[in-house]
Amino acid sequence: MAFTFTDDSRRQLEWLLTRYPEKRAALLPAMRLVEEQQGCVDVEALDCLARELGLPPAYVYGVFTFYTHYRLPTDGKYVVMVCATLPCALRGAQMVFDTFKEELKIGLGETTPDKMFTLKKVECLGSCTTAPVCQINDDFFENLTPQKIREIVEDLKAGRVPRHLSNGPTLDGGKCGYRPMVEAMQDTP
Amino acid sequence: MILPDFKPILFDGACRKGEWTLERYLAKDGYQAFRKVLAMKRDPATNSIPALIDEVQKSGLRGRGGAGFSTGRKWSFVDFKSPKPRYLVANFDESEPGTCKDRVIGMYNPHMLIEGCLIAMHAVGIEWGYIYIRGEFADVFERLTRACAEACQAGFLGPNVLGSGHGFHLQPHRGSGAYVCGEETGLLSSLEGNRGYPKVKPPFPATAGAWGCPTVVNNAGTLASLPHLIRIGAGAYAQIGAAPAVGDTPPSTGSPGSQVYCLSGHVKRPGLYEHPMNVTMRELIYDERFGGGMLDDIPIKAVIPGGSSMPVMRCDGKSYLGSNGREIADSLDMEMSFDAVRAAGSLLGSAAVIVMNERVCMVNALYNLARFYHHESCGQCTPCREGTGWLEKILAKIVSGKARPADFERLHSVATQMSGTTICLLSDSVAMPVGSFVTKFREEFKYYCEHGKSMVKDAIRL
Repeated sequence: MAFTFTDDSRRQLEWLLTRYPEKRAALLPAMRLVEEQQGCVDVEALDCLARELGLPPAYVYGVFTFYTHYRLPTDGKYVVMVCATLPCALRGAQMVFDTFKEELKIGLGETTPDKMFTLKKVECLGSCTTAPVCQINDDFFENLTPQKIREIVEDLKAGRVPRHLSNGPTLDGGKCGYRPMVEAMQDTP
Repeated sequence: MILPDFKPILFDGACRKGEWTLERYLAKDGYQAFRKVLAMKRDPATNSIPALIDEVQKSGLRGRGGAGFSTGRKWSFVDFKSPKPRYLVANFDESEPGTCKDRVIGMYNPHMLIEGCLIAMHAVGIEWGYIYIRGEFADVFERLTRACAEACQAGFLGPNVLGSGHGFHLQPHRGSGAYVCGEETGLLSSLEGNRGYPKVKPPFPATAGAWGCPTVVNNAGTLASLPHLIRIGAGAYAQIGAAPAVGDTPPSTGSPGSQVYCLSGHVKRPGLYEHPMNVTMRELIYDERFGGGMLDDIPIKAVIPGGSSMPVMRCDGKSYLGSNGREIADSLDMEMSFDAVRAAGSLLGSAAVIVMNERVCMVNALYNLARFYHHESCGQCTPCREGTGWLEKILAKIVSGKARPADFERLHSVATQMSGTTICLLSDSVAMPVGSFVTKFREEFKYYCEHGKSMVKDAIRL
């Protein structure tokens, strides 16, 4: 099905276009708008962005595939990204992989049959002093232990906010996108 | 995080709930430095404030991103004759493994960063600034967006800020997971809506950066240091961390200001510690105010002092054969400043200290890093695209126990050929750890190649 922006996303997109000297610069932020609206970025959405920003579709696909942090249509509801880079590896990243594999009964790069969880091995997440860490969608879980991991999975399966959430938009009361700035600038003359 | 003998500047109020708001920042004299600077008139010929640029240069403030270059000098390189608009880009990509200092600033002190951006923008005559935040930091992005919204409402951002006649606009911009976008030209490509390919220098961003216009790219930590610098003045800032004055002449330090040390790996208390750059590595690791000693009291083997791209230091008390053919022993008693670490044969980089105990197999540790760099190479330049792949393959062969002694020599030769042959520094960032690991822990690599297994007993699974 063809992708269309909701009124709310469109309002943010149109505001974004006023913030850069070239339309093309809004491409990465616009992909985030898509991701927030429908949970992932797919080809239909990329085609829509190409039309909106006046770019060739092939160009937009090329940019999209360079980056690794957008959620894909094949991803589960929760994308578990486990950091495997040295500072985390020193503090037990292998334990984190093992526990998640055991709890979710899937391997690296796989998605559970119910499409709830995808397990990914990623490079440095930028939280090295609280290693080992993982990121689930946009939220961070730090100083992981097998016990904590089991409880995180348990909470997510039950539809609760996980008790070991360390950092992330969920702690700040949910995602705000660009809305605060869009609104602030409407209020000020 | 709060140290008894030093009042934190960048981490003032860190980890306190609600501390990030404009209201709290104003209560701590926030935006006073910007008001002071805004009263200075721009030189109409260049639309900049040379006196302010000089002041920052005199303070000795050095870039916190890794290179440690003088911030004031960087500003002075801007092409002031160009009729094009100028841009400021705050590098909040923070992707070097080991580094996570800016994140705390962004979460708890976003207005300090915004004020720093405003000071830089007024000094150089810039109307539009962008804060490029790494994709993983959704929380930082949202908090900076909220903080920018507050700053707009309070009149610190907008077309005519505080009635000065000058417009200042800041836009948080979220990337999406690419190490190479921390390199300034890769970051600019990404900001422009491209794949994050670094660009050939020259021209440098100061001449032709974002959208081909003169651009100042500063690390977020550097920009956040500016409000304090302006408040206390360049002279006082230059003294932060300096040794006590002898006689009448106050000594100047090569690395003034406070640094955020990101202590990770095998220490009892990993964490972020803000301190002037006069602590030694030994203090950082063993002192109760910082790391508190080695985790489980297992002796230390190695330290990477400035993020994973910097040369490793051997700390197990054994010496190794240096490239000059002489026996060298690295010391933990070096001061953690830009110049002292360089003199000791490594680099301070982003002050990310990664500590490894003697149960770490250095071959496996290097394999882990090689995998990282291969994953993050953008693939533009042949030496890096192929070289990172080769290094990972050779190391995979070694750790699988199938290597021959010649493979060990090959590691060194591949790394040597990668250095200085590419558009950006990513290639060199691999060559430095590979070269240093292989030189300083030669016997471990030789043993692994000859015996097909690690020399380290009970090695940690990496």
